[in-house]
Amino acid sequence: MTALLEVEDLCKTYRAHGHEVAAASAVSFRLEEGGSLGIVGESGSGKTTTARMVVGLERPDSGRIVFRGQELSSRPRGRSERLERARAIQIVFQDPYLSLDPRVAVGAAVEQVVKLHTKLAGADRRRRVLDLLGQVGLGEREAGTLPRRLSGGQRQRVAIARALAVGPAVLVLDEAVSALDVSVQAQVLNLLTDIRELTGVGLLFISHDLAVVRYVCDEALVMRSGEVVERGSTAQLLSAPQHAYTRVLLDAIPRPA
Amino acid sequence: MSTPLLQMSDVWLRLPGIANRPILAGVDLEVAAGEVVGLVGESGSGKSVTARTALGLVPRGAQVEGRVLVDGTDVLSAPADRLRRLRSESAAMVFQDPRAGINPMRRIGDHLTEAARFAKRGEDVRAARKRALDLLEAVGLPHPERHLKQFPHELSGGMLQRVMIAGALMGSPKLLLCDEPTTALDVTTQKEIVSILARLQQDEGMGMLFITHDLDLAASVCDRVHVMYAGQVVEHASAKELFASPQHPYTAGLLASTPSLEVVQERLRPIAGTPLSLLADPLGCTFAERCDRVMEGLCTTQRPELVEHGDRADRCLLNQTTEVAG
Repeated sequence: MTALLEVEDLCKTYRAHGHEVAAASAVSFRLEEGGSLGIVGESGSGKTTTARMVVGLERPDSGRIVFRGQELSSRPRGRSERLERARAIQIVFQDPYLSLDPRVAVGAAVEQVVKLHTKLAGADRRRRVLDLLGQVGLGEREAGTLPRRLSGGQRQRVAIARALAVGPAVLVLDEAVSALDVSVQAQVLNLLTDIRELTGVGLLFISHDLAVVRYVCDEALVMRSGEVVERGSTAQLLSAPQHAYTRVLLDAIPRPA
Repeated sequence: MSTPLLQMSDVWLRLPGIANRPILAGVDLEVAAGEVVGLVGESGSGKSVTARTALGLVPRGAQVEGRVLVDGTDVLSAPADRLRRLRSESAAMVFQDPRAGINPMRRIGDHLTEAARFAKRGEDVRAARKRALDLLEAVGLPHPERHLKQFPHELSGGMLQRVMIAGALMGSPKLLLCDEPTTALDVTTQKEIVSILARLQQDEGMGMLFITHDLDLAASVCDRVHVMYAGQVVEHASAKELFASPQHPYTAGLLASTPSLEVVQERLRPIAGTPLSLLADPLGCTFAERCDRVMEGLCTTQRPELVEHGDRADRCLLNQTTEVAG
């Protein structure tokens, strides 16, 4: 069966001042239709570089990204190619303060995306915007407000609504719940689970938090220094880690005495 | 029984013009020598303000009431020079972001010995340098001599946080206030830093106030844990008891919201809504609007007191009415 997303041997090396850093070395994984794959690791492990290559923000040195059987170009060129990539794969970043324009009201921010990617206009478009905000638990009242009037959790919901506006097949979440308070984080995690069930979107979920990955994902990769050191079902990774580094990582997580 | 190193009694802090509700609303907190007390809660609950107020570091325009004693000094009425001495000799603080607390233009060695020269009047720079070297080694840095000559940007976040811990200990404080000291760090680095802090705390017999939003971390580090919500301590208990049997619905909600590594969770049960806004000042319990066990007409009109049950306490009418009824 064709995978939703198949990544083969992605490599990316950054060079600066005569130093070379292999941010990703031969990263490969498969995300099935409607599946959820976690990428865990510490800072500098290559999680974010991998995510940026998948969405086309970073150009891999080598390797292939295959979306539903079709290879995506290493760097989308031109308006139509970029729009096409955007419709396939969307990303939500960690910091909703930086990913929303502070001058644009929340409803308008979602509407921009709907306008760009659909032919909807007028009342239909506004209805679609309210639908999308409704999907992430926001109402008409929030639609008229500026991002700074919203809490971190609400802002992250807006970022998710904008990503969903395109109707993507893959949603990449790069530490998207890491900056949220635990009670709000739980709300957003449940929201992601619901959206996955409702829309069938595949999740590529990047996080340093193994417990969160376990909750969201069926399968996960563990990355270290640009390499995938272990992959498997999340249950198996946690109960019977094979790689020494996975064990170090698990061992470092604080647990009540 | 010896007097606690830190004793906060009924501390109120208001910020007129910025917040309608008090930022701190009657905080009671004690930290004794050799004890690690945790302060947990979500953003805006008043954890950091509590720690800063303990050292007299209050925001401009703040109205503070109550009593804060650090090692016998009345912080809220002490003159500036007494406070300065207190902050270098009796108590020290470690913050979340090490880069925010160190001058990027000055070498690590200058940063460390400056603190020492300040704390120990008359002590010469050489002795301070010796202590800096010892402490850098104690916090697990591999090349103390070299680090003294380095600039902050040459060290990683984890290494720099070790430097900041060394800096906090230069004056041999009796009380160490740690405000999310490992939140910005990777989990393996966090583990090392936490074990260094725990070892130093035990070796020196320091009292430690450990602020974190990570409940599991608090449970593994602290002897006692205080849970804060909207400027109040809503529950405190020994770390073990608090997590085994939370009595306040907020504590229970926090635990139910936290994804677990051990237990398979079909669905998390988040606390509804968002933390209380600074602009809201409800008549009743500050948690009532989010509480899944709210008693209408009671919780929304009556402010619960912090009531002790044995060696733990909570601020919930639910537990107080059952007791009356039972």
